[in-house]
Amino acid sequence: MLSVEKLSKEFIIHTRRGIRIPGFANVSFEVTAGSLLAVTGPSGIGKSSLLKCIYRTYLPTEGRILYEAQNGETVDLAAAGDWEVLALRRSEIGYVSQFFHVMPRVSMMDILTEPLTARGLEKEEARERAARMLSRAGLGQTLWEMYPATFSGGEKQRLNILRAIITKPRFLLLDEPTASLDSGYKSRIMDMILELKGEGTAMIGVFHDRDALAVLSDARYDFEGQQPLGGVTGALGECIR
Amino acid sequence: MDPVGEERFALRLEHLTVRYGDGCALCLAERAQAARARQSGNRCPRCGTVWAARDVSLKVREGEILGVVGESGSGKSTLTQALYLDIDPAGGAYYLSSYERGERDVFTVSPQQRKYVRGQLLGMVYQNPHLGLRMRFSASANVAEKLLAAGSRHVGFMMERTNALLAHMEVPVSRVKEPPRYFSGGMQQRVQIAKAVANNPPVLLLDEVTTGLDLSVQARVLDLVKSVQRDFGVTMIVVSHDLAVVRMLADRTVVMLNGQIVEEGITDQIMEDPQHVYTQTLVNSLLL
Ligand SMILES: Nc1ncnc2c1ncn2[C@@H]1O[C@H](COP(=O)(O)OP(=O)(O)O)[C@@H](O)[C@H]1O
Ligand SMILES: [Mg+2]
Ligand SMILES: [Zn+2]
Repeated sequence: MLSVEKLSKEFIIHTRRGIRIPGFANVSFEVTAGSLLAVTGPSGIGKSSLLKCIYRTYLPTEGRILYEAQNGETVDLAAAGDWEVLALRRSEIGYVSQFFHVMPRVSMMDILTEPLTARGLEKEEARERAARMLSRAGLGQTLWEMYPATFSGGEKQRLNILRAIITKPRFLLLDEPTASLDSGYKSRIMDMILELKGEGTAMIGVFHDRDALAVLSDARYDFEGQQPLGGVTGALGECIR
Repeated sequence: MDPVGEERFALRLEHLTVRYGDGCALCLAERAQAARARQSGNRCPRCGTVWAARDVSLKVREGEILGVVGESGSGKSTLTQALYLDIDPAGGAYYLSSYERGERDVFTVSPQQRKYVRGQLLGMVYQNPHLGLRMRFSASANVAEKLLAAGSRHVGFMMERTNALLAHMEVPVSRVKEPPRYFSGGMQQRVQIAKAVANNPPVLLLDEVTTGLDLSVQARVLDLVKSVQRDFGVTMIVVSHDLAVVRMLADRTVVMLNGQIVEEGITDQIMEDPQHVYTQTLVNSLLL
């Protein structure tokens, strides 16, 4: 579904006499429907930058990101126009950021129902789907109408993930989605991610914890090895050095 | 995919130029890139003509929120005023999909048609509420006036619509009979927004809608703007010197400097991976 070819990112800082800061270089891999590719490597090596290039929050410097869209057409996300990228984000590409930016004064329920109603779902149906997911993720009814600005890190992060998966994106980028979750909630969230993958969503993930990596990933791109490593779902030994 | 048919653009602006002064041989001949490279502001060093907007082109998709950022004096208000047909440009063409199917340059229409475009097809929220509101009329009269100008003659309907709009913008019912001059800045902006969307215009222009308001009031006005976009499905151009405002609202953002656009892109890309030296400076100042 996604094929990354010789992708590189370099930042040019004009405000510091044009110095160049390397992001990552020459990355190639493929991701197929219904599988998760884990991106691994030490901190600072370029994992988040890679995800941001694919989502086009960063502009790649070189290479191609060939994405096979729902309508069968192949789009190079590295070169596509802004409107095309925005349309794909709205309809089929999701992203869970490492840090959650909350909107002030939008309730938890509205944060989840908004992307659904924007896709044409009835308000009632959207609320029902959101309610089911919130309960599964252990976010109780008392929180639903509250503004998340005051929530704990773990609560915000669960909401962040729900917001990305509630629309069932075809392609999902996950940057440390389970980082601030304690183990009980972590397994619930991982179940939901596995379920989505089972429905055919292709995923790229960065995980700092080995459990999540082992349970969720099917293949791996290791920044130090600089080559994609095949793996077997859930097989701990295959996925961790 | 996602056909880029012209009909999907709510608004198209081509090569807008606004200048104060007659220009001289030097600056009239100068090309936009050369002026941009000159880096000595928007004033011609020889004749003193100010090029408030130079070769500004924009396309805005239906339902999109476009952010316009830049420091004070960069030409943002000039741009919005030109888009609202408040000022006559020295050059450029302007098309609205809601007007003659986007086939007629709105800059060249008759005064009567211009009034129609401003009254029905565009909404404007001015940086300065005094430009957008009659401070001595009641809040409801301000909104009703807009409906009246659009040809509404049914008093009952107008009253109902006016009150509903003001309520939607969270102006308390108890205050709609008061003139806006007694209102706080945030409340004045709410009345301006109610007035601007009264005739359901397809395009809404907002110039520094939160500037000068207290932080907590700013947040509430921004929420209101977002909900207006959601509820009215209107295309918006949101102008602000404050990157944080644009980051919260806009799908795409253009960056202005010296009357010209120096960078444009998806808003999160502009914020997180700015390409132009000026945008990098702006973003750095936000992070400090
Ligand atoms: N009526 C005017 N006469 C002369 N110069 C003007 C006039 N209006 C604006 N300008 C100049 O045009 C430039 C752009 O101004 P403006 O559009 O108000 O910028 P912004 O809204 O970005 O602060 C500035 O250099 C400003 O001084
Ligand atoms: Mg201004
Ligand atoms: Zn001159």
